[in-house]
Amino acid sequence: MNALDLIGTAASNTFRSKTRTVLTILAIFVGAFTLTITNGLGTGINRYIDDTVTSIGAEDVMTVSVSQDANTGFADSSGPAEYDPDAIASDGFNRPGSTVVALTPDDLETLASIDGVLDVEATKSISPNWIQSGDGPQYLTSVGGLVDGQTVQLAAGTAPSADSDAFELNVPISYVESLGFADADAAVGQTLTIAITDAERTQHLVDATIVGVAEESIAATGAGGLVVNDALTDELYSTQNIGIALDEQERYAQASIRFDAAATDADVTALKERLTDAGYTGTTVADQLGTFKTIIDAIVLVLNAFAIIALLAASFGIVNTLFMSVQERTREIGLMKAMGMGGGKIFGLFSLEAVIIGFLGSAIGVGIGMLVGTGISSVLAGALLADLPGLTLIAFDPLSVTVIIFVVMAIAFLAGTLPAARAAKADPVESLRYE
Amino acid sequence: MTTPIIRVKDVHKSYGKGPNRFDALKGVTFDINEGESVAIIGKSGSGKSTLMHVLALLDAPTAGTVELEGIDTSTLKGKKLNRARNKTFGFVFQQFFLTANISVLENVMLPMKIAGVRRSERKARAHTALEQLEMDDKASNKAVNLSGGQKQRSVIARALVNNPRIIFADEPTGNLDTATGGNVEDILFALNRDKGITLIVVTHDDELAARCDRRIYIRDGLLVNDTTEVAA
Repeated sequence: MNALDLIGTAASNTFRSKTRTVLTILAIFVGAFTLTITNGLGTGINRYIDDTVTSIGAEDVMTVSVSQDANTGFADSSGPAEYDPDAIASDGFNRPGSTVVALTPDDLETLASIDGVLDVEATKSISPNWIQSGDGPQYLTSVGGLVDGQTVQLAAGTAPSADSDAFELNVPISYVESLGFADADAAVGQTLTIAITDAERTQHLVDATIVGVAEESIAATGAGGLVVNDALTDELYSTQNIGIALDEQERYAQASIRFDAAATDADVTALKERLTDAGYTGTTVADQLGTFKTIIDAIVLVLNAFAIIALLAASFGIVNTLFMSVQERTREIGLMKAMGMGGGKIFGLFSLEAVIIGFLGSAIGVGIGMLVGTGISSVLAGALLADLPGLTLIAFDPLSVTVIIFVVMAIAFLAGTLPAARAAKADPVESLRYE
Repeated sequence: MTTPIIRVKDVHKSYGKGPNRFDALKGVTFDINEGESVAIIGKSGSGKSTLMHVLALLDAPTAGTVELEGIDTSTLKGKKLNRARNKTFGFVFQQFFLTANISVLENVMLPMKIAGVRRSERKARAHTALEQLEMDDKASNKAVNLSGGQKQRSVIARALVNNPRIIFADEPTGNLDTATGGNVEDILFALNRDKGITLIVVTHDDELAARCDRRIYIRDGLLVNDTTEVAA
């Protein structure tokens, strides 16, 4: 019997006992469906995180600060940490009120000289008092800039231009109404006044143009505040530092360094080690979101484990179904053997039947899973998850869907081997005996 | 002298071990020549079914040899054995062993499917075989819907379709009424006469046995009478 005939015969045998086959397929379907949904959940959330990563930071950028004792400000077994005059309040990624040791121009030069560092740019920390549109109310906000490679997810307009000398900024979409604009498009092109106080306690006003409106996201650039271009950053920073002695002005909580975009994980780790040796701590965007992704992956793994358990239960259904059909078709198996069909072919016939059941169950499960998953995420995107634009809760990529189908078929094959082996071993004389 | 198609030399077959040992065949020796029609006759439990199984290479003898066209069948293993079964033998059973829910045509095509014959050729040959047995109009019927006689004719078509050298018929008329049974017998003997297919019938029906060229009587695992020897 050639391969094609074997498959054809197995396929027609599969539906010899329709009810039984359909029930078994249904059991497989439940497992495959669950696996598809849980996997889609992982894909969807991780894809969202990846999108967010590109918006909060370029992949070839590392944030660097001066290494310091973890317990600064607290007494530990080695006693209180010594006071450092270079320590400044940080608005970076540390808890509020904590201090970091500032980076000085010397530090920046040191950083630039470290092997693998292409470019160093100090993060200029700007604290405006308030912002105001026209004569409207004044609002508190924060300010952030874009590093090369960062993008903003825009609702309207464009990102602030890095090359322009004009003062340009983006406002988050949640500001639009408060600032008195009808909608995001109406805000584009309007002027925003920023008030900032210098070291001599004098308040200065800086006017800038709103060139775009940014979507809210869980990790938006500028932590949900204004996104400004370099020209505006420099203007605000120098205004803020009026009255500070020149050699005291350049104190930065953090700096961004750029490294080769083609760097491998090992290269990045080596660069971090060199930074550590020089007394600095480097963190990539991947580091910041790595934990988050690890947690998501772990949750998805647990969910997948449940789906696999469902599949295992279903695979016993396959074992049962095939044992029954081996039992029913004893005579037929004996006859085929008497007619010269080899044990291997008989084995193939029954295990193929299992694979077909597995394929049908998984294909239907995956198909319906994708439909339901897409349906659920589009419904949720408009309701529960409306605050997280761009999040497709359950997404599918062709590779993992194909993998699911093949995994289910493999499980089905394994389940089928037991009954198939029994059929292959059947003695034709025993099978053909009758009373 | 031509080589007999089957030569059985001192064949023993026993089942079980120790005190449960049961000797189904206790040393049987005979030859069957090509084109003969042979009846193997015996009561149930005489060992005639076991003998047929050994002759059809479904079972290996415990001792002794079975030669198929001069070749010791114990040397046939795996694929060779399967090929010998598929090419040489056709089977007709008392209880038909047709697969109930597929068409007569599919049933008849089964041996060719196993042999790996192309589908188009399979169909053509199955139709030819069914025509020979005046069953071609039932080709697309499901086997379960046929009468006993029609079933047995389908089975004969299935046995014929691979152009076997030997047809084994195990109580071929056992489940049929006299008229239909006679009809089926006529078909089998016609095949033996016209095509020179060796016919080995296992039966306890004396009338059927009487139509054969030769009768081999089996009792308690021993050959008690062989009509050719009497004739000789």
